[in-house]
Amino acid sequence: MTRAALFRSALFVLVVALLEILCRVGIIDKLTMQPPHRIVIDLWRILASGSLNAAIAKTLGNAATAFVLAMVVGVASGVVLHRLKLVRETLDPLFATYYAIPIFAFYPLLIILFGLGDAPQILIGFMLGVVAVIVNTLNGLDRVPRTLMKTARIARMGPVATVWSISLPYAAPYILTGAKLAVAYSLIGIIGAEFIMSRGGMGYEISFAYNNFDNATMYPLILLILLVSITINMLLARWEKRLMIRRGQR
Amino acid sequence: MSDAASVHVALKGVDKVFERSGRPGDVVHAVGPLDLELRKGEFFAIVGPSGCGKSTLLELIAGLAVATRGEVVFEGKPIRGQIPDGVGVVFQEDACFPWLTVSDNIAFGLRRSRLGKEERHARVEGALTMMGLTAFADSYPAQLSGGMRQRVCIARTLVRQPRLILLDEPFGALDQQTRLLMGDEVLRLWRKTDATVFLITHALDEAAMLADRIGVMSARPGRLIDIVETGWPRERDSRIVQEDAFGTVTARLWRTLREESLKAIGKTGAA
Repeated sequence: MTRAALFRSALFVLVVALLEILCRVGIIDKLTMQPPHRIVIDLWRILASGSLNAAIAKTLGNAATAFVLAMVVGVASGVVLHRLKLVRETLDPLFATYYAIPIFAFYPLLIILFGLGDAPQILIGFMLGVVAVIVNTLNGLDRVPRTLMKTARIARMGPVATVWSISLPYAAPYILTGAKLAVAYSLIGIIGAEFIMSRGGMGYEISFAYNNFDNATMYPLILLILLVSITINMLLARWEKRLMIRRGQR
Repeated sequence: MSDAASVHVALKGVDKVFERSGRPGDVVHAVGPLDLELRKGEFFAIVGPSGCGKSTLLELIAGLAVATRGEVVFEGKPIRGQIPDGVGVVFQEDACFPWLTVSDNIAFGLRRSRLGKEERHARVEGALTMMGLTAFADSYPAQLSGGMRQRVCIARTLVRQPRLILLDEPFGALDQQTRLLMGDEVLRLWRKTDATVFLITHALDEAAMLADRIGVMSARPGRLIDIVETGWPRERDSRIVQEDAFGTVTARLWRTLREESLKAIGKTGAA
């Protein structure tokens, strides 16, 4: 373990221990927060009883759908926009200011259009993630060296083969950066939407527990979301790092 | 000059004019008019002052660029922006695929061929051995030196068994000793494959050491102002630089080029 990783772990343990002490001593009262060890036990209890399995499955399933949609549409749009210079330049300001738009403001509209089901939530997650994927795909495609494109022409490869076997593999680490953002955004989108208006899911359950002062459900679910998001992000980051090391860029 | 059967590539009255992007009417006459015949199996080098259109000439022969006037004929068929089969190019810049291992990089050249699995494997193995890369078959390009990476690119071109190999300053980014040794390597490959080799270089000694004939290009617009026959035997290597005739050839190249290089520098200086 590097020194930085050691300090990081120590810091984590310290913060958790501090919370534990503050809760036990009563500086943080029970109605505000449970001590950390209690949260872990409650999470275990919830998972073991299976009482919230449906909510967890709904949220993670919708987030996965939103993520996959954002990746497929994002990468495909990136490839097309890379070829259509005029369209790209036309849309550039939209991409630049996209994350200044509060996407959640469209949620009521989406509910009117699609009803209070999974579709509007998945759309929110998708809309949050897709532009990050497009922008990072374009960034990667812009970096493909001209020599590699000439090599493709000399090998008499068509445009589709060139994109598939040269441009996209070259851009892979950059697309992975977009993927990391899309994972986070799709979770934020789904859970946020569930908070605002929904008939189920982890966000809904957290909000329901909050309204009923049910800390024994609320905190474990928050912890679970944190764990899922951090785990996926770390896996993607590790993959990205491996690609970069292979290319001698780290 | 020579009979049709022995002519591999012919350039007939070729001109290349570029339009500066975004400024219609503002044109640059890069190359020509230029006539040249490459004989089947010869090693032909082009030297010329920087910016004289050497690389443009190579792109015209490769089919990567289309001539504004005149035509380029490869094996009896005119090339018009269509990349002909049987041509391999090695560029100065690193063209390795960083996400593939050395052997996968080399096998990439055979991706679209209809060869059987065993033949592919045999050709990749053969190229690895020939370029001294066997020990690095599973390495990634980033783990190799610049010279090694250039070997990978050469091997990737060789597995396709091209009949015409175009080299665009392939050793330009390498140090002098590596360049001499790579020169030996290229000579060996040239003898072994019977391919026609067309080399572009800015190094007079490299041209004089490697080529059967050396074309000297003028400052822009690039035209051929001299063709020097070196008269070297087919069996030769870098030790040729010690011979008197080598000095005579480089001296003649420099005599022709000196004025053109001054022109090229003067032009850039005035601009």
